[in-house]
Amino acid sequence: MTIAATDRAPTAVSTGRGVHGPASKRIVVAYGFWIFILSDMVMFAALFATYAVLSRNTAGGPSGAELFNLPNVFIETMCLLLSSYTCGLGVLSAERRQPARLFVFAAFTFALGAAFLFIEGTEFARMAESGAGPSRSAFLSAFFTLVGMHGAHVTCGLIALVYLLAQVVAEGLQAAVLRRLLCWSLFWHALDIVWVGVFTLVYLMGGR
Amino acid sequence: MLGKLSWAAIPFNEPLPLLSAAVVGIVILAVLATTTVKGWWPYLWREWLTSVDHKRIGVMYEVLGLVMLLRGFSDAIMMRTQQAIAVGGAPGYLPPQHYDQVFSAHGTIMIFFVAMPLVIGLMNFAVPLQLGVRDVAFPVLNSVSFWLTASGALLINASLVIGVFSRASWWGYPPLSELAYSPDVGVDYYLWSLQISGIGTLLTGVNFVTTILKLRAPGMTYFRMPVFCWTALASNLLIVAAFPILTATFTMLLLDRYLGMHFFTNDRGGNQMMYANLFWAWGHPEVYILILPAFGVFSEVAATFSGKGLFSYRSMVWATLGICVLSLMVWLHHFFTMGAGADVNSFFGIMSSIIAVPTGVKVFNWLFTLFRGRVVFKTPALWLIGFMVTFVIGGMTGVLLAVPPVDFVLHNSAFLVAHFHNVIIGGVVFGAIAGYQYWFPKAFGFTLDERWGKASFWCWFVGFYLAFVPLYQLGLMGMTRRLQHIADPSWRPLLLVAEAGAIVIFLGILCQIAQLYVSIRTREQRRDLTGDPWDGRTLEWSTTSPPPAYNFAVLPRVESIDAFWHMKRAGRPAAEPAHEAIAVPRNSPAGFITAFFAVVMGFSLIWHIWWLAILGFLGAAIVVLAAAWRIEREDEIPAAELAPIERAR
Amino acid sequence: MDNPEHAFDDRTPGVGEDERSATYLSYTAGLVLAIVATIASFVVSQTNLLWAPGIPVGLIVLALAQIGVHLVFFLHLGTASDSTNNILALAFGVLVVLLIIAGSVWIIANLNSNMMPG
Repeated sequence: MTIAATDRAPTAVSTGRGVHGPASKRIVVAYGFWIFILSDMVMFAALFATYAVLSRNTAGGPSGAELFNLPNVFIETMCLLLSSYTCGLGVLSAERRQPARLFVFAAFTFALGAAFLFIEGTEFARMAESGAGPSRSAFLSAFFTLVGMHGAHVTCGLIALVYLLAQVVAEGLQAAVLRRLLCWSLFWHALDIVWVGVFTLVYLMGGR
Repeated sequence: MLGKLSWAAIPFNEPLPLLSAAVVGIVILAVLATTTVKGWWPYLWREWLTSVDHKRIGVMYEVLGLVMLLRGFSDAIMMRTQQAIAVGGAPGYLPPQHYDQVFSAHGTIMIFFVAMPLVIGLMNFAVPLQLGVRDVAFPVLNSVSFWLTASGALLINASLVIGVFSRASWWGYPPLSELAYSPDVGVDYYLWSLQISGIGTLLTGVNFVTTILKLRAPGMTYFRMPVFCWTALASNLLIVAAFPILTATFTMLLLDRYLGMHFFTNDRGGNQMMYANLFWAWGHPEVYILILPAFGVFSEVAATFSGKGLFSYRSMVWATLGICVLSLMVWLHHFFTMGAGADVNSFFGIMSSIIAVPTGVKVFNWLFTLFRGRVVFKTPALWLIGFMVTFVIGGMTGVLLAVPPVDFVLHNSAFLVAHFHNVIIGGVVFGAIAGYQYWFPKAFGFTLDERWGKASFWCWFVGFYLAFVPLYQLGLMGMTRRLQHIADPSWRPLLLVAEAGAIVIFLGILCQIAQLYVSIRTREQRRDLTGDPWDGRTLEWSTTSPPPAYNFAVLPRVESIDAFWHMKRAGRPAAEPAHEAIAVPRNSPAGFITAFFAVVMGFSLIWHIWWLAILGFLGAAIVVLAAAWRIEREDEIPAAELAPIERAR
Repeated sequence: MDNPEHAFDDRTPGVGEDERSATYLSYTAGLVLAIVATIASFVVSQTNLLWAPGIPVGLIVLALAQIGVHLVFFLHLGTASDSTNNILALAFGVLVVLLIIAGSVWIIANLNSNMMPG
């Protein structure tokens, strides 16, 4: 029996109600990461709330309707959504011990995520250059921070993906590496969920 | 090269901070020198600094909390003394600039670096033992959490010596905390120190929620868990729910200060009340994060020292969960007077009154546990009774304040100060001390001296009332909080009584230090040989004192609430013989090293030393990445090695 | 990792080990539904298909639907008894998020209307 988890088979249905002792490592790690993701969602909620409260405080500067480029937002959204899809397929490949497929799907995921960041980055630069940077008004501070925080998470996710793929190459698809890939996929899907909130509440509602 | 840092940051021309800095510096140097001369570093590094054992980490949290209590308490004595002296025409000894830093530091330290570590330390030590498992879900992360908290404490103490601390109170409300009105490093010390320790706390929340929900001994269903574990669950759920709000809020204030954004500034559309709103959306759950584990300690103490099971275990559990959820719905009562309409105020006022109901259920359950029990009046039981009286009074003043029209008179008065100290000292501090007395024998293998323990209780109890009842009166007479100077001489007698109370509490603290010293000196006479000094009911008492690193060679099979009590009654041996190898996690320096880089990064960001901040960040990132690559994390203890340890019990 | 020993454990959020629901089909179905919801959101917000005052509500409904699609098809959160812990955690998170956003908007709107000049 391991320190904190067991690999022993329970002899009856175990629904986390404690009948059969500590859960397996895979479950413990995934659940812990799920709780961490929920905490991250709470942080985003505070940023969303701030954006909602400050979205009209343009201090005489430009508003969302004037600044947002909705076609670009649509492309960004599709990139992130497709990357969530390829991420899921990649994890399936990993679970089925098919490293070649995993690398293909991971490459697509990375490329789509990078495309998302590229478009977002150019949007930010365009806005900042035209005098609509984060220090122009409370609305813009809230916009750049909320959307930028999401982008920072995406960036960290891409760095982590590369790091994890290096682990797959070096250590193979063993249990610990699989657990981390699973956690990474939870993270990536959660980021897409946050983006649904962003494009709906920030761009579509604010850009009208 | 060194940003804003220069020799001017050290307060050479201000005797008080300089003197305290010198004293602290000498103590630290003495400790470091003694450790080096006696050759304790290898032992410390191996057994404590890199330990991922929840018991060791729990003890380190307790040490951190108790040491910081001394710092926070000296701030308190300084304020009491200033208020006792500076009446009428007298200026006192503490100029306003310093007084403001003192009350800001007092609140910040007491909440974040005394109360939180004490409570988290108790949960760290006891929860895995009570659940009948070997450690928390993520032991290395646990170590990281502790060291990040310690980093925050280090940074705050650094502000005493290098630079200044915030003058914007422990809340840091804008616009005062914005760059325009606090251009110095004080607010930055506050923000970075709390951001760093906040990450540690959040990771603790994730760790314990996972542990309690996914790692329990076989047969321990939810309704067979000890009540302390239920309150730990509720408290950690609140940590997960609330601390990210604080992180986001401080991030926005930092963005205002560092990158010229306008979340909470006076100009360009900032909204200062949004800071207050978000701060208290964290702040109210925070106080429940602190009090719930204390409630849990008292549930354990009540049952153990009455010799009977806790009265109405189920209602206790539901009350705990009810408090957990309700505590997320009351936060506006911290700013009733800031302009919300009657509908908003009455909603939050009613919710604040409702939360008293499950709390009342708990109080009655403790009372009925004691009723017709064979009560043993050892020190923890005294703290329990002191808590029940004191906390109930404090809770009642809270319900009073929950009525918006009353709060309009009493908001930010001395009455409020009395109320929250009433519940925090009477609840959290009494609970932390009770838990410390209760679990000390388990942690160290010998009991604490009863006489000094009782003396310290009476000093704290009497001292508390002397120090804070006058403040209720003063609040009703119109005195506000945070006054550096008292204009009305008729307040003086009451302030002198309050000062006397602070001194009596100080005697209580001295008694605790004496208790520890005497107990260590006479430890051979007070060895806990059975592992069960109180005739306990829960699983931690089935282990030796102290438990082996792995807690249980074979995880106990649980068949009821108060599992150990029933095992004793049924005559079962406390543990079965070990027949399998077990795995123990390896030590890891990740926590300590990450914290080192966090301190470097925090300090550099505070002083605008950008190149050093980047280095600090990279250092921490590399440690995290290295830890994220580790495949082999556990050592194995073969069954053959276990047998002699277990037989020696 | 077809490990029969884990057949009775709690589900993890995300891909399950036993692949009951994690298949290419489920991911593809989720993708299609999400694309439809996204396009619908853009159309609703940029055209007059929906009665104008109802547009914010429509957008929120579509967003919630798409989040649901993600949770079910990508994260495989179901109603099975071994997902209970995951669902409870999610419910708690959702509660907190709603309280923060709705609470803040209500409170600040109230304060603004009472306290802001003009």
